[in-house]
Amino acid sequence: MFKYVCKRLLYAIPVFLGITFAVYALINLAPGGPLAILASSGEMSLSDLEALKVSLGLDKPLIVRYFLWLGGLFQGDLGTSYRTSQEVGMMIAQRIRPSLLLTGTGILGAILIGIPLGILSAYKPNSAWDHLGSFVSFIGASFPSFFLSLLLIYALAVKLGAFPTSGMYASGGGESLGDLLHHLALPAFVCGIQPIGNYIKQTRSSVMEVLNEEYIKTARSKGLTNTVVVIKHAFRNALIPVVTTVSLSIPFLVGGAVVVEQIFAWPGIGSLMITSIQSRDYPVIMGVTMLICGVVLAANLVLDLIYAALDPRIQFR
Amino acid sequence: MKHIMQSQAMKKFIRNKRAMTGLAVVALLTLSVLLLPLVLDLDPYTTDREAGFNQPPSAAHIFGTDDVGRDLFARALYGGRTSLFVGITATIISVLIGIPLGLIAGYFRGIAESIIMRTADAFMSFPSMVLILVLVAVFGPSILTVTVVIGVLGWTSIAKLIYGNVLSIREREYIEAARAVGQRTGPILFSEVLPNAIPPVWANLSFRVAGAVLTESSLSFLGMGVQTPQASWGNIIFAAQNLLVLTARPWVWLPPGICIILVVIGFNFIGEGVRDALDPKTR
Repeated sequence: MFKYVCKRLLYAIPVFLGITFAVYALINLAPGGPLAILASSGEMSLSDLEALKVSLGLDKPLIVRYFLWLGGLFQGDLGTSYRTSQEVGMMIAQRIRPSLLLTGTGILGAILIGIPLGILSAYKPNSAWDHLGSFVSFIGASFPSFFLSLLLIYALAVKLGAFPTSGMYASGGGESLGDLLHHLALPAFVCGIQPIGNYIKQTRSSVMEVLNEEYIKTARSKGLTNTVVVIKHAFRNALIPVVTTVSLSIPFLVGGAVVVEQIFAWPGIGSLMITSIQSRDYPVIMGVTMLICGVVLAANLVLDLIYAALDPRIQFR
Repeated sequence: MKHIMQSQAMKKFIRNKRAMTGLAVVALLTLSVLLLPLVLDLDPYTTDREAGFNQPPSAAHIFGTDDVGRDLFARALYGGRTSLFVGITATIISVLIGIPLGLIAGYFRGIAESIIMRTADAFMSFPSMVLILVLVAVFGPSILTVTVVIGVLGWTSIAKLIYGNVLSIREREYIEAARAVGQRTGPILFSEVLPNAIPPVWANLSFRVAGAVLTESSLSFLGMGVQTPQASWGNIIFAAQNLLVLTARPWVWLPPGICIILVVIGFNFIGEGVRDALDPKTR
């Protein structure tokens, strides 16, 4: 078990280096860096620009800069933002909690509603539950999240006044939990509607497949009730593809809500990413990429461990 | 035999009501965005000084005018051209990259397989929106970059599909027979393996177009995609980021939004229809 985890960790290292180096090279080779923007404004002399270039470390070759960045990373130093002169680590740390709260609520809601709905649809095909399930996945697959957000803001926030249009807390008020939930409802709903469709479809099809297996007939013929058969025998074996589908949304916990965060002015990682890209704030873009990359790799590792726990045929090798 | 199979699949597709609805919607929208601007002589770029800015729908401008007095109906139609162009071209790019890579990985196995499929896994687990944003920011937002970036990043699912099919096809007897009679690898790949590996990709193509239209409109909505004066459904809706436009002028952003949804539903229905028609398990 320990050996298996070590092996998987070793395997993740080249992927991490590959992705971060690719992004680092890409954004550094792009035309119109922060210096070009300053230079074109004409406010700085050439010698000042050179001095700034040296102080930002931009005079060194690309590969050297990448390894300096990597070295800093291991000391917990992600560099300083070009735009705000704050530490990148600090800036990201402030944004993680709101992002996790938003996408976490959305995905958790999708799991709690989607999986039971998928089981019900598989258990009683063509029932009202089944139709509800396919309707929800239909909406999730065909409505772009930004348009759904606009519709919700227009109908529920502006016309009915039932929800605030943006932000995380009402300005001026204290930061109460009720206020937070009130602001969270609409964006979290939008974040959840897309994954919930996938969860319903995946759960439905894999439970249906398992219900046709011989051992389900055996369980039925032993006289077990339908509920026991579905919950204890079918669901557990149908769970593996469902776990895969759910795990595929884990990376989106961190960086997936770019559009929704932007529309609802939610102070998370996604909106930080947009502002950093617009102002070519490379250290922040790198920091966010690194964070997402790390989360993706960690999630994949955890997923493999869950598979092994669910399916005794999978051995730790 | 193959011919009969195809015509059976075609019959199944034609009998599928959802698929035919999808096809009708896509065809109708495509014809409208291509022909209506020519027939009605519409201009999406010039300001109509007589009508003025931010006008509600009227006889002259049935979707109203935007903040610089351009006809929103014309912009919605031209926007449709852009969105469909990006969706279809990006899908073609994904296919051109995905099919050869999937074929190589599945047929030759070995190092090529590990490199290609591990790279595909890495791409697939990364939130694509973040990657697309970085790339678009680096190369500058335009129709060209948006199309190429969406297309290039879309190769993974097609490569995986082809790879999976090729893995089972390469073990079949007819491939072994082709090798035994001394056929070279190139001809085997193109005349034996590829034709049998492609059919499941057809359904995926339609889903990919829908996905590419969604991605393009999201990017343009964020201001990181198609730039004005060129129109795209997403960048028309961009105006609704302003709360005033959102609340007081729904005619600006509702029509292009509904168009996006119709196109996405249309292509998804077509994709489902193709998938069911090619699936020998369904009748």
